[in-house]
Amino acid sequence: MFLFIVFALIAIVAALGVILSRKPVYSALFLLLNFATLAALYIMLQAQFLAAVQIIVYAGAIVVLFLFVVMLIGGGELNAVDRETSRQVDKAAAISPRFLALLGWPRIAALVLAALLLAGVGYGLVTGQLHPGQGSAAAFGQGSVEAIGAALYTDYLLPFELTSVLLLVGMVGAVVLARRDA
Amino acid sequence: MVPTSYYLVLSAILFTIGVVGVLIRRNVLIIFMSVEMMLNAVNLTFAALSLHFLGLNGQIFVLMAMVVAAAEVAVGLAIVMAVVRNRDTTNIEDVNLLKG
Repeated sequence: MFLFIVFALIAIVAALGVILSRKPVYSALFLLLNFATLAALYIMLQAQFLAAVQIIVYAGAIVVLFLFVVMLIGGGELNAVDRETSRQVDKAAAISPRFLALLGWPRIAALVLAALLLAGVGYGLVTGQLHPGQGSAAAFGQGSVEAIGAALYTDYLLPFELTSVLLLVGMVGAVVLARRDA
Repeated sequence: MVPTSYYLVLSAILFTIGVVGVLIRRNVLIIFMSVEMMLNAVNLTFAALSLHFLGLNGQIFVLMAMVVAAAEVAVGLAIVMAVVRNRDTTNIEDVNLLKG
């Protein structure tokens, strides 16, 4: 229960960091923190395969794609924050300088959150709370690779094949769209 | 055991933060990241309810949603790069050709 509160707080603060950061690079890294925390929450939900796929697909591919695009098109620091939001941020900073300090130190916040996440995962592994198989006996093995594989290749075979077609279409579309006009 | 409603509340909070991010930010990349956060919040709901009802349907749907999100991010970022390259700005208020 305590572990859930820790992970939930990290996820919420990381999500706030995504939408409140001034630079898109910081937003992408807070997003990465959010995804990693969600993976830990999936393990607590007896969905181990989902947690691994979350790290591989979301944290390992989608965030990397975001970082590539931020690197290629620059991100745009000046118009990174809406003028209205920027005015309100300055107003809030005038009232309480600590608020601006919180927003102006995303690195420190991200480091603290990441350390907290690692500590939470370590604590959960050591005390056995993150070990799959916690909870009811009926849920044991539900999220394992065997169970998901059995369901995916028998009951959900058609959606599985359709997703492969979807990925092919997405790949072709991305290649066509990213081409410079010859 | 953590009650399922706690996971649902957390997912609702994350979804709301994603919606607020789409509404208040003008940088097109941050908006895209907020959309991805919304998708993740819904995935968390599906996974929590899959445990609650002791069925694998929720987790299979999460896998499908992840595939859709991956394809969407690839195509969406290609579109974003093409638009930013042509208009030379990442502010979506400058992409207003269809505005009346």
